[in-house]
Amino acid sequence: MKSSVKSRKFVNKFFKYFGVLVFFTTFSVAKAGNEPAHEAGAEHHAKANDKFKPGEMIFDHIKDGHDWHLWDYNGHPVSISLPVIIYSESKGVECFSSSHFEHGHASHLGYKLVDKKIVAEDGHKFYDLSITKNVASMLLGVLLLLIAVLYSAARYKKNSGKLYGVQSFLEPVILFIRDDLAKPSIGEKRYARFMPFLLTVFFFILINNLMGLIPMFPGGANVTGNIAVTMVLALLVFIITTFSTNGGYWKHIFLPPVPIPMYIIIVPIEILGVFLKPLVLMIRLFANITAGHIIILGFFSLIFIFGEMSKPLGYGVTVLSVAFNLAMNCLELLVAFLQAYVFTLLAAMYFGQAKVEHHHEEAHH
Amino acid sequence: MDLVKPELGLIIWATVVFLILLFILGKYAWKPILNALNEREKKITDSLELADLTRREMENIKADNEKMLKEASIERDKILKEAKEMRDAIVATAKKSADEEGRRMIASAKDSIEKEKSAAMAELKNLSATIGVEIAEKILRKKLESNPEQDALIADYINHLNLN
Repeated sequence: MKSSVKSRKFVNKFFKYFGVLVFFTTFSVAKAGNEPAHEAGAEHHAKANDKFKPGEMIFDHIKDGHDWHLWDYNGHPVSISLPVIIYSESKGVECFSSSHFEHGHASHLGYKLVDKKIVAEDGHKFYDLSITKNVASMLLGVLLLLIAVLYSAARYKKNSGKLYGVQSFLEPVILFIRDDLAKPSIGEKRYARFMPFLLTVFFFILINNLMGLIPMFPGGANVTGNIAVTMVLALLVFIITTFSTNGGYWKHIFLPPVPIPMYIIIVPIEILGVFLKPLVLMIRLFANITAGHIIILGFFSLIFIFGEMSKPLGYGVTVLSVAFNLAMNCLELLVAFLQAYVFTLLAAMYFGQAKVEHHHEEAHH
Repeated sequence: MDLVKPELGLIIWATVVFLILLFILGKYAWKPILNALNEREKKITDSLELADLTRREMENIKADNEKMLKEASIERDKILKEAKEMRDAIVATAKKSADEEGRRMIASAKDSIEKEKSAAMAELKNLSATIGVEIAEKILRKKLESNPEQDALIADYINHLNLN
């Protein structure tokens, strides 16, 4: 009995570190400083060292990138290089490590990095499908999520009845989403078919929000604060909503229960509303998470801004900045859960509104 | 403006990753988990219902028991009452028959006393007659030689004797 618990703990630990290990082995850690530095590069770094630019630093962290920046050493960035995948009609699929770009100081296979984006030197059209920082962070988060949830699912299949480990965190959340979110918003009869999507979207947003709060390598990316990711999620909500509509829903939009002259105002608003709902979902999540990252980085920037003025002032501000950031991180932890909840709740409400029942029509307006 | 411009690569990756996640979790995680939760809830509801039912049954049984106890006590009282009545009746009958027997015995005793008395009387009469005769005989033997008057007297006595 005891040895089985021990071995299970070992397996748990093994899986915990396994994901990290995989990442370290597949993506080579490249130190730009080891390579012969370009003249221009060295100059650039020297210039960058002269004055701290908080805006640049903050946007560098918030935006996507082709390498996972860890820290600067002797003016050279130390980062995990991520694979670059490029598809173009003329050249087909090209795949190489982003370390070849040397952080924008070198070109490779006719491509170079300009402002963290890949640009073709001859200007031909191509699609950048690289594993960027956000993609890598997302994959890592998804991997963790899969391990946690599939592990719990296996325990449920065994039907031991006792909660264990991550299962005891998942179960109340799953029950909350089912009983307080899906059932009231969608209705007892129809909620079940939306449950997999709602649960997946909740945990996907949550894990990526939380990963974003980790300051260094395994996290630190801004996945749920990237408009492309939130757009995909919102688009899926829109598609599912549209495909689960009934006649009542469309009647509600094009023939609302108002006097005919009011149609001129109401109908365009209703039509706009159909597209506005997912748009709002997209922007809310993006803006909330990005804003959180900006505020935390802003507080940290204060240390260096004041540190450049005078060293003692910098040390003084550090205390204040750390205190503020402690509070901000607590708030962001709340926001991570809250935004996942809000997104899921609104998605559930849109699914619920997709089928308008006849007796509801009068009550709506 | 770079910040709000979605990039194609990330859109594709996010879509692919999310859909794969949705598929895997939907099939291998959410379905069994939700089923297990539903099953557990059903089990709990069923158990509660069963407990409720059992409790009600227990109450019924208890009520039945009480009723039976009450009935049994009534029955016992009834039996006791009947037994008492029967005892009284038996005692009464016995007394009556004993009385009758006593009276009959007294009556027969009186009868036999009567008979004995009359027999004794008759015997006494006979005896006294015999004694009288013998006395008379002795007297007569002495007086016969004496006078006729005395004879007549004896005869008279004898006549008188017959009366008793």
